[in-house]
Amino acid sequence: MRFSDTPQLFSGRSEPYSNVGNTLQRLHLDGPLLGGIGLISALGLVVLYSAVAQNMDLWIQQCIRLFIAVVAMLIVAQLPPDLLRRWTPWGFLAGLCLLGLVLFKGDIGQGARRWLDIGIRFQPSEIMKLAVPMMAAWYLHERQLPPKFLNLLVIGIVITVPTVLIAMQPDLGTSILVATAGVLVIVLAGLSIRVMILLGLASIPGGYVLWQFMQDYQKQRVLTLLNPDSDPLGAGYNIIQSKIAIGSGGLFGKGWTNGSQAPLEFLPERDTDFIFAVMGEELGLLGVLSLIGLYLFVIGRGLYISIQARDTYSRLLAGSISLTFFVCVFVNTAMVTGLVPVVGVPLPLVSYGGTSMVTLMAGFGILMSIHRHRKLLPH
Amino acid sequence: MGRVSLVIAFFVFFAGALLARAVQLQVFNKDFLNHQADSRHLRTERISAHRGAITDRNGEPLAISTPVDSVWANPKELAAAADRVPELARLLDLDAELLIRRMTRSMDKEFLYLKRHLNPELAHQVMALKLPGVNSLREYRRYYPAGEVTGHLVGFTNVDDDGQEGLELEYNHWLAGELGSKRVLKDRLGRSVENVASIKSPRHGKDLSSSIDLRLQYLAYRALKSAIQQHKAESGSVVILDIETGEVLAMVNQPTYNPNDRSQYSAERYRNRAITDIFEPGSSIKPLIMAAAIESGRYRANSTVDTSPGYVVVGPKKIEDSRNLGRIDLATILSLSSNVGATKIAMSLEPEQLWQTMARFGFGSLTTSGFPGESAGLLTHFNDWRKISQATLGYGYGVSVTPLQLAQAYAAFGSDGQIRPVSLVKLEQPNKGERIMGSETAAAIRLMMEEVVRPGGTGDEAGVAGYRVAGKTGTSWKFSAGGGYSEDEYFSVFAGLAPASNPKLAAVVIIDEPTGDLYYGGDVAAPVFGEVMTESLRLMAIAPDALPEGGHGTLAQAMSQ
Repeated sequence: MRFSDTPQLFSGRSEPYSNVGNTLQRLHLDGPLLGGIGLISALGLVVLYSAVAQNMDLWIQQCIRLFIAVVAMLIVAQLPPDLLRRWTPWGFLAGLCLLGLVLFKGDIGQGARRWLDIGIRFQPSEIMKLAVPMMAAWYLHERQLPPKFLNLLVIGIVITVPTVLIAMQPDLGTSILVATAGVLVIVLAGLSIRVMILLGLASIPGGYVLWQFMQDYQKQRVLTLLNPDSDPLGAGYNIIQSKIAIGSGGLFGKGWTNGSQAPLEFLPERDTDFIFAVMGEELGLLGVLSLIGLYLFVIGRGLYISIQARDTYSRLLAGSISLTFFVCVFVNTAMVTGLVPVVGVPLPLVSYGGTSMVTLMAGFGILMSIHRHRKLLPH
Repeated sequence: MGRVSLVIAFFVFFAGALLARAVQLQVFNKDFLNHQADSRHLRTERISAHRGAITDRNGEPLAISTPVDSVWANPKELAAAADRVPELARLLDLDAELLIRRMTRSMDKEFLYLKRHLNPELAHQVMALKLPGVNSLREYRRYYPAGEVTGHLVGFTNVDDDGQEGLELEYNHWLAGELGSKRVLKDRLGRSVENVASIKSPRHGKDLSSSIDLRLQYLAYRALKSAIQQHKAESGSVVILDIETGEVLAMVNQPTYNPNDRSQYSAERYRNRAITDIFEPGSSIKPLIMAAAIESGRYRANSTVDTSPGYVVVGPKKIEDSRNLGRIDLATILSLSSNVGATKIAMSLEPEQLWQTMARFGFGSLTTSGFPGESAGLLTHFNDWRKISQATLGYGYGVSVTPLQLAQAYAAFGSDGQIRPVSLVKLEQPNKGERIMGSETAAAIRLMMEEVVRPGGTGDEAGVAGYRVAGKTGTSWKFSAGGGYSEDEYFSVFAGLAPASNPKLAAVVIIDEPTGDLYYGGDVAAPVFGEVMTESLRLMAIAPDALPEGGHGTLAQAMSQ
C-alpha cells in the first residue's frame, strides 16, 4: 500500500487561497489541524467550567495555560524540520541531564520527585515525550529501513534510559507514554511483524519482571481493574464512580452543569484525569462521540501530514507524535470507562493542568512545521 | 503489509473499542448506572411533625413543643474522620472514648444518634465542623411550663415524641402529627445539598384544650402541698369538678414530679393518684347512704334513728359511736358522723337497692375520663354480700373508690340528682347527666351536708366566708398489707360542694397517713377544702350566697337564690 491510498479528507490542497489561507501559510500553520485543536480546546473549556464547579479563577488559569501552549506551538511551527533534526541529539542529551538532576534535586509533590525548579518549575519528563521520538527518528534518518537489529538495539537504549529514569520518580503514566512514543517510531520505521510478535511474547516474562518492580499502589490499580467490585469503597471507587457518571448520562446527557456525580463530589479527580466522565454525564453519548470524533480528526490529520512528509525524520516524528496523542486519548478514555487500569494520564487539551499541554502543543507545532515547510525542502 | 494499513488497523481497532464501550455504558447500561447514580445522592429524609400543644381551658400552655436538633451520624462515613471525633465529642459534651466505642459497635448500621435534642445553635456549630456522615435532624422537644403542678395530669412524651403517660398518652393520636418525607440531594459527605421534592408533607398535630383551669390547679397544688408537709403525710390528692359540665377543673396529687426533668423518676411520684389509686371512703360515703334511704321510701329527711346505746353488734363485730347519741335525725347522723345510725339505716335497706344506688353513683366502674391506668374501684355485688358487708358499707368500708369517683358522686348532689360523666378535656357542650335520685332527695342531702360544715359540725373548717358549703368528712383506717385494719394509719377525707344553694363546684380532698396529733378528716382535709374553695369561688367569680344582711352581696345573693 502506498501513500496515494490515503483519504483526501485530510488534504489541505483544496483550501481556497483566501486571506485566512494566506495568513496561515505565512505563519506555517495548518488550517485543519488548527481547527480541530481549537474545537477540542473550546469544548474542553466548556466541560472544565462545569467540572471545576464554575470556579472562575481555576477556569481563567486554564485559559492562560492554553494561551501559553498556543504560543509555544506558534514558535515551534516556525522552526524548519531540518533545524529541529540538527538540534535533536543536543536536546535529547539536555533532557537526560535534567532527568538525572530531578532524581537528586527535584521537588517532591504527591509522593513523587517529578519537578525541577530552575527559574521556572516544570517536569523534565515532559521534554522526553518529544525528545525520545525525535532522537529515535534522528538515528534512523540516514539509515536503511526497515532497521537492522543492531540499530534497533541502539534505539532500544535511547528509549529505555529515559523511560527508566522517569519510572524511578515514580511516574508510571509518563514513562509509558515516553516509551510508547519511541516504540511507535520503530513500528513506523517498518519493524517486521515477526519481530513484533517475538517482542510481544518476550513481554510476558518482561511483564512479570515489571510486576515485581511495581509499587504496591500500581499493583493495586491493575488488580482493581480486573475486578473493581472487589473493593468498591477503596481502590475500585474511582472506576465505579466514573462508569456510573458516564452511564447515567445516557444518549443526550443531563445537561451542561446539571450533572450530579461531579458537583456532589462522588466523582474523584473530576477536573483532571476523570474529566471525561463529567462530560459523559452532562453531554451524554452525543458529547462523547463529538469529542472522540474531533480527536480522531486531529489524529487523522497528523497521520496525513506524516504520510505527506518528505524525509524519514519528519515522517517518523510526525507519525509518532500523532499516534502518541492517540495513545494519550485512548488510555485516558479507556481508563475512565474502565477498559484499562487507572494510570495518571490526563485527557489531552481538556483536563485541568499545564505542563503536558505545552508539550502537546509543541508537538502540534512540529506537525505544522513539517507540513508547511515541506515544499521548501529539496526532495 | 504496509505500515500505513497497520497503523490504520491499530487506529480503527482502538477507536472502535472506545466507541463500543461508550455505547455499552451510555445506551445498554444506562438504566442500571442511572439508578446507581441516584442511589448515591438521592435520599429520603423524614420531616418531623409538630406535636400539638396542650393548654388549660383558658389557653394557658401546659405542654408545648419547641424545635430542637438531633445530631446523628453514619458511623461508616464518620470513621473516615476518626481523628476528629474527639473534637466532635467535646462540642457535644460527650466522652470521646465512649463515643468511639458506640461508633465501633454500630459500624454495620447507617444511622446512629450522637446526641438528641440539642438547641439549634449548638447543632449548627456541630454541622459547621463539616465531618463526613454527620447530619442534624429537626425534632421537637416537649416542654411543660407548669412543671410539677400539672405533671400527673398532662403526663409526658418520650424522646421520640410519643405520649407515655397522662393526657399525652391518652390523646397521643390527636396530638401527634404524621411524619412527612422529602427527597434530598446529598453530596459524598452526606450533607443535604438541596431539597428535590417533598414526597409527603408532615401533618402537624392538633392542639388539645384540657378541662383544667390552671389558676385552680395552682392553688389546689399549693394548699395540698403545704397540708402534706404540715401533717407529714404520705400522699394526697385534690380534685375539683365543674358540677354543671362534668369537667375536671383541677386535679393534683402529692408527691409529684417535674416532667421537664426525667432524672427524678420513681413510680411513687409518677402516679396520678386521684385516678389510679383507690381508698375506702369511710364516713364520706354516708350522704350516699342517706340518699339510698330516702329514695327507698322508708325514710324521710326528718326521720329519726335510735343510736343508743352508742354501739351496734353485727355478727362478731361491734360498731361504735364516740358516745351514745340517742335518737337522732338523718342530718344529725351526718353532722355528728354516727356510725351506728348509718349502719342501722344501711342494714334496713334492700341489698339490691343499696348496691344499685352505689353503682349508679359510679362506684365500681370506670369514669369517662379515659385516663391511662384509671382504677374502677371496688364494689362487691350484693349477691356476694354477707350481713357484715352491708353493715360496714354504711360507714364506708368494704368498698373502694378513687378520689375522682367520689368527686363525681358528690357532684350528683349538686346537679339536683343527676350524675354527670366527667371530662378531662374542655367541652363545647356540658356532658348530659343521668338522673339517679329525685331532685328533692339531692336538695335534702345538701341541706344535711350543710349541717356538717356549720360551726359545731365535724367539717366546720371547710367553711367559706360568704358562701354556703355542703360536705362530709371521712376518716378511714388504712387496710394494712398484713391483713386487717391498721390502728394508726388513716385516710383523711373531705368531700363537698359550694355554693350549697346553687352548686357550681364539687371537690374532694384526701390526705393519706397524716402523722401528727391530728388525723380526722375534719381536722386535716377540711381546712384544705376550705382554703381551695375560698380561692376557687372567688377566681371563678361565683356569686356568694351567704353574705351578711345588707352587705354588698345582697343583689348577688338574691340572684343566686
